[in-house]
Amino acid sequence: MNFHAIRAIYTFEMARTFRTLLQSIVSPVISTSLYFVVFGAAIGSRITGIDGVSYGAFIVPGLIMLSLLTQSISNASFGIFFPKFTGTIYELLSAPVSYVEIVISYVGAAATKSIILSLIILATSALFVPLEIQHPLWMLLFLVLTAFTFCLFGFVLGIWADGFEKLQLVPFLIVTPLIFLGGSFYSIEMLPPVWQTVTLFNPVVYLISGFRWSFYGIADVSVGVSLGMTLLFLAICLGLVAWIFKTGYRLKA
Amino acid sequence: MGAIISVSNLAKTYASGFRALKKINLDIRRGEIFALLGPNGAGKTTLINIICGIVNPSEGAVRADGHDIISDYRAARSLIGLVPQELTTDAFETVWATVSFSRGLFGKPKDPDYVEKVLRDLSLWDKKDNKIITLSGGMKRRVMIAKALSHEPQILFLDEPTAGVDVELRRDMWEMVRALRETGVTIILTTHYIQEAEEMADRIGVINHGEIILVEEKAELMRKLGRKQLALQLDENLDEIPTELAGYGLELAAGGGELVYTYDTQTERTDITALLADLNRAGIRFKDLQTKQSSLEEIFVDLLKEER
Ligand SMILES: Nc1ncnc2c1ncn2[C@@H]1O[C@H](COP(=O)(O)OP(=O)(O)OP(=O)(O)O)[C@@H](O)[C@H]1O
Ligand SMILES: [Mg+2]
Repeated sequence: MNFHAIRAIYTFEMARTFRTLLQSIVSPVISTSLYFVVFGAAIGSRITGIDGVSYGAFIVPGLIMLSLLTQSISNASFGIFFPKFTGTIYELLSAPVSYVEIVISYVGAAATKSIILSLIILATSALFVPLEIQHPLWMLLFLVLTAFTFCLFGFVLGIWADGFEKLQLVPFLIVTPLIFLGGSFYSIEMLPPVWQTVTLFNPVVYLISGFRWSFYGIADVSVGVSLGMTLLFLAICLGLVAWIFKTGYRLKA
Repeated sequence: MGAIISVSNLAKTYASGFRALKKINLDIRRGEIFALLGPNGAGKTTLINIICGIVNPSEGAVRADGHDIISDYRAARSLIGLVPQELTTDAFETVWATVSFSRGLFGKPKDPDYVEKVLRDLSLWDKKDNKIITLSGGMKRRVMIAKALSHEPQILFLDEPTAGVDVELRRDMWEMVRALRETGVTIILTTHYIQEAEEMADRIGVINHGEIILVEEKAELMRKLGRKQLALQLDENLDEIPTELAGYGLELAAGGGELVYTYDTQTERTDITALLADLNRAGIRFKDLQTKQSSLEEIFVDLLKEER
């Protein structure tokens, strides 16, 4: 293992994050606060609690997942797309680093950033609604697993994308709808039966359900299934990364 | 001394189907300065990029100090520093951060003293806290050299290092290259300034259309392929070359005031004696004469012409 390289890339990426610290923290905090004002206070006050949890509190895990997923994908995709775009990738390709080390350092840095952001959003929401975290360790586990999974996905996206359009298109066209339809703002039981079945094909449902369970002990699908699915997505993304590097896809001519 | 880089049967076909390299065989000797010359699109960058791990070879193999660049890439790449042709830098990083980053990336522990030395050698020390975006093009080029040297490579590739660099900096750079060679570093460079190869290199390789058409000691190359010209300044101008001298392929220059005879140093004997005798016989007198050796540039152009 080239630990010096891992450290160099990781600290380089984190330095990039801290340079833009203000905007990377302020914007999610503001948007989360807006969600609380709109969904929590304005609309939520007219909605009865779900499974004994007030609507404002109910949407917290979904909101965190929403940011976690979008941030993970955008951080990780940008982190590897940018050197490709500017050409500085030459150095990475000519360095004595393995693909595993590249993935560990880039994805590790992106995941660190999105986990920190999630915790900040969690703290922000505590200002708006009474929070309860029944299973903190599970909460962290879901947070970390999901962060890594979607950072891996973002990494693949960053390697695949050959322009800024594609970089933004995938999150916009695929990921955001999946998150919104994944039960961030409602319980799946609230949907008509047909849509409940359709929803089960949405991977995000399992992530949000498991995450919400770690807060309130309520879930749309069982925790074991949530965990299993999360691990499955992690494995798929790992496989995708491995395949991409094995074929040198879009990094080397 | 053995080869520090050995390229065997290396070929590259890009995804577009374009065959950029055709079965290249090349040995770079330990400690030499090797200049790779070739016109635009000849395959210089492709060759360098394959050796450095940036482009995948289609066929063939490369060894760096005995390490295969693919199966033993860690050992091979640790030895190699690369200054690419394009200026690509992390615009918002400081000089210090980007050079230290490169050192770490190549698996070397932090060594601020060494990084300081590299920056001082390249006259970048007073810019160490500047963001790269604030530097001039020539300074950026030096930053890229500093990055390549940050991990103390044994082999340094310079892909057109002096493109867009002013005369003074170019001199500095060549001095640096010579100093590096003194410390045992092997240097492979490409350049369009043939003059530079002539001045700097120990050996020269000429590449065209993806093929190495010649590899030669510089001195040997100059000797072997060097044409010489004999210029005779005449006492009286000539309107045309007298028919009795037609066999020498003479040219009239300077408005008829000068006769130029071009001959090949490769041949065992030249016809200079005969020419002078014939001139005398024709009653043509001259007041002065010079010989001049053709430059590498002319040799190069000739070679490419022959290729075509
Ligand atoms: N990624 C690529 N895909 C397809 N063709 C390529 C690619 N990169 C280079 N080529 C082609 O391969 C040939 C060799 O290119 P290369 O960059 O190696 O030339 P070069 O000798 O470095 O030229 P220059 O002196 O202009 O830098 C060129 O015809 C070029 O168009
Ligand atoms: Mg080139």
